[in-house]
Amino acid sequence: MLHIGSVKRCLVTHLKLHIGVRSSYAGYCIKALFFSKRWEFDGLHGRYHEMAPNVVPMDYTKDPDVKLPMQLIINMPELKENPFRERIVESFSEDGEGSLSFNDFVDMFSVLSEMAPRELKAIYAFKIYDFNTDNFICKSDLEKTLNKLTREELTAEEITLVCEKVIEEADMDGDGKLGFADFENMISKAPDFLRDLLKTTMTLFFHTLIKLST
Amino acid sequence: MSGLGAAAGPPGWRLGSSGKEVFLPEETRGAAPAGFLQELPSYQSARRRRAAAGGTQERPAAPRGSAGLRAAEAWGLEPEGDGPAELPAREHPWCMAVKRRLRDIQQADIKHLSEWKQWKIASSKSLKKVLNDVKELSSYLELWRHDIHSIEGKFGTGIQSYFLFLRFLVRLNFIIFILMFGFVTLPSILSKYGILNDSFAKIPLKNIEPHCTVYIPSDNKGLVYFYTYLKDLLSGTGFLEVTSLFYGYYTVDTEWLSVLRYNLPLAYLLATFGYLALSLLWIIIGSVEGFKQNLVHDEDQFQSYCNKVFAGWDFCITDLNAARLKHRSLQYELQTDLEEERLKRKIADRTMKEKLRIYSWRILTNIIVIAVLSGCFYSIYRATVFSQESSNVSIRHDIRTDSPNLIVQYLPSIVITLVNFIAPQIFSFLVRLEDYSPAFEIRLKLIRCVFMRLAGIGVLLFSLWSQISYCATDKCKACGYNYELYPCWESEVGQEMYKLMIFDFITILAMTLFVDFPRKLLVTHWSCKPVQWCGLQEFGISDNVLDIIYGQTICWIGTFFSPLLPAIATIKYFIVFYIKKISLIHTCKPAARPVRASSSNFFFLVVLLIGLVFAFIPLGISIAHIPSSKACGPFRNFNTSWAVVPDTVLGLPTGLQQVLHGIASEAFAVPFFVVICLVMFYFIALARAHKRVVEQLREQLVMVRFDPLFCTPKVFFFCVSNQTC
Repeated sequence: MLHIGSVKRCLVTHLKLHIGVRSSYAGYCIKALFFSKRWEFDGLHGRYHEMAPNVVPMDYTKDPDVKLPMQLIINMPELKENPFRERIVESFSEDGEGSLSFNDFVDMFSVLSEMAPRELKAIYAFKIYDFNTDNFICKSDLEKTLNKLTREELTAEEITLVCEKVIEEADMDGDGKLGFADFENMISKAPDFLRDLLKTTMTLFFHTLIKLST
Repeated sequence: MSGLGAAAGPPGWRLGSSGKEVFLPEETRGAAPAGFLQELPSYQSARRRRAAAGGTQERPAAPRGSAGLRAAEAWGLEPEGDGPAELPAREHPWCMAVKRRLRDIQQADIKHLSEWKQWKIASSKSLKKVLNDVKELSSYLELWRHDIHSIEGKFGTGIQSYFLFLRFLVRLNFIIFILMFGFVTLPSILSKYGILNDSFAKIPLKNIEPHCTVYIPSDNKGLVYFYTYLKDLLSGTGFLEVTSLFYGYYTVDTEWLSVLRYNLPLAYLLATFGYLALSLLWIIIGSVEGFKQNLVHDEDQFQSYCNKVFAGWDFCITDLNAARLKHRSLQYELQTDLEEERLKRKIADRTMKEKLRIYSWRILTNIIVIAVLSGCFYSIYRATVFSQESSNVSIRHDIRTDSPNLIVQYLPSIVITLVNFIAPQIFSFLVRLEDYSPAFEIRLKLIRCVFMRLAGIGVLLFSLWSQISYCATDKCKACGYNYELYPCWESEVGQEMYKLMIFDFITILAMTLFVDFPRKLLVTHWSCKPVQWCGLQEFGISDNVLDIIYGQTICWIGTFFSPLLPAIATIKYFIVFYIKKISLIHTCKPAARPVRASSSNFFFLVVLLIGLVFAFIPLGISIAHIPSSKACGPFRNFNTSWAVVPDTVLGLPTGLQQVLHGIASEAFAVPFFVVICLVMFYFIALARAHKRVVEQLREQLVMVRFDPLFCTPKVFFFCVSNQTC
């Protein structure tokens, strides 16, 4: 059973939460920092723990410095089929190499949830598609994106054509690559962005937790 | 590579390594950021405020990202102005340590404000919390929330939009049923059973030939076979005919509830207009979002590649097969787009001779389409006439026990269903010969199918009316309709609509049970080549949507003649949801060509609107043109159903009468029309102006990037929000 009790200044690492009995301050703090709902937060800790039960403690009072490597995270069922899973995990990891502490883990699913605002999602989407992390989506980034999307089924000529089209459509300052301003402007006009992009079904988490605990 | 994580503050803000951006100053590790930012008044004032507060900032021992912390601080973590205006900590794209820091600073700053401001902030926060909780709770009460969510996860948003549409129709039909039941059925039932101790008056008929008023419903009397009940249930005759399901039941004219007078005929008519208006309003409100996007963002066509590359992957997919199919569908979509480009160029390069050939071919195919449509309509007409004539003969000779009779009764429905199945196949074959672009091909085929389905209902009704108003004798002409065969013709029309609805439901059930599941069994267990090539069926979104729009149009037309039909429609769509869901999960493969949710939603609602507008026509003709039957129903005393309204208006006080007459006269209508046109032109001009402004802003955005005064858009935004620039 999870024990997360009283809350100190630094929220996550000093948190203990009772299932069934929550201090309202704890709930408020959770809501203040994440977009997930309270019970989803329990589910998240459960999921984080079950990936490496020997390493991840149940008790977070002592602020353990635990990080899970990328290989474990990208094998989660919610991310397993996603072609951008490595990039997603890298974008949220603090050291840039893909290992996530629990903070980063919750951060990731907070941004991926339905309730995160569009602007925040746009920022992280830009990070995800920027493969060489130079803060621009250049032609090579686009090629990598396309190859991941179509599993390298398109011919080289088609890929070049599509990349040219994308840059032609979205690049506004004429430098041949997409900066964040171009990306944000393009995203604001894409009607399905908020619905389709960067949204995992959080209820999947909770239901999996219920399945595990019964 | 340390660009990410704690060191990356806002995008474009490069820390810890040499900045590659032209406009950002060089930074050494951990040093304070650009000097000019520190000169900004907002930064200075915030710093002053912090110093004045006197509290020292605790620096938590964050092991990494100290540079990020300092950068975040310098970037204006201290909120300026009132609390509620600032961005909450969770909406910043920074790592956890920085966000915690920001939250602490925000909370510390709140303590420096006055009591009143603190209370305001606290109360607004708790109000937001309460609203969020209420929203969460109410989302659990939504119908089928979990089912639709799981469908979206497995099959994507295109198919989810079909089920959302189905849910919308269930709600709409339920509300229409409540409306009709509350205003029409309930008062009739209450007065017939004398529950409320009120009195009701059947105003004696005047100026009506007595032979028109004879109506003996063919109720089951005495001992009959059991399957007669089943037959009656399926065709709406017999015991069902005298229930409140059909128009003939409502014979009460006025009810007196102590001193209040309830005019049932007027209520019936107004409830009909009410549900039509309610449906219209609801659909228009639902489609406004999609319409806005289509009007302002028709650059969507212009941006289709970006949308596919960046917003193409559905992050909800967790199933291996679905992922594989999504990859293939994205590849297919991109290839189709490139193909369309090539086709456009080819069309532009066409010679005169080729153009002539193609246009003459298109004229030929359109003639074939018209011929096919005429053939279908004629067959529906003949089927209806035959069915009516046979059932009339059998009624006259009191033969009601043959089972072929049921097939004769259902003949119009069967023919319509066959036509709805065969004609689209012909249309898709023809449209491929016409050499249009793929997108236009789909639209053209859909328009033809929609027209055919709706016109099929129209032809059925027209043939019914031609039967009803066929008058050979003078006696018949006195009544205005064929009183011998159709003493209560509204109930007859109601029965036809009822039969159409039941048969539609049976068809959906039968197709799922006898076509989808056997196909799945065949494909799974028989590995013969042609069977495997046929494969599992795809969930055809547009076909299914046209089916339910057809059903809903029948419901709209039929509710006037059969007030409880919306209840049947609600139950039908409720069951259809589960049937379709089971069929989708167990027998369908995900579609290779996904449909975009946003354009689908708008398209469904537009076609539904077409169906509704089409439903106005037969209703308008029935209410205003065809004489109402004198033997049954609430409009026995009136020439037509519409006549109750002028009658009521004459009973109103004179002043109100004059006002109403004035509104209905030409002197009012023409200027009103002119004013509406002016308002419309104004809004069109406004929309055009806005589009032009959007274009100009886009150009300005390009210029801004090169203007040294506005380094990065974020700084620009920061400056604007501080009103310092």
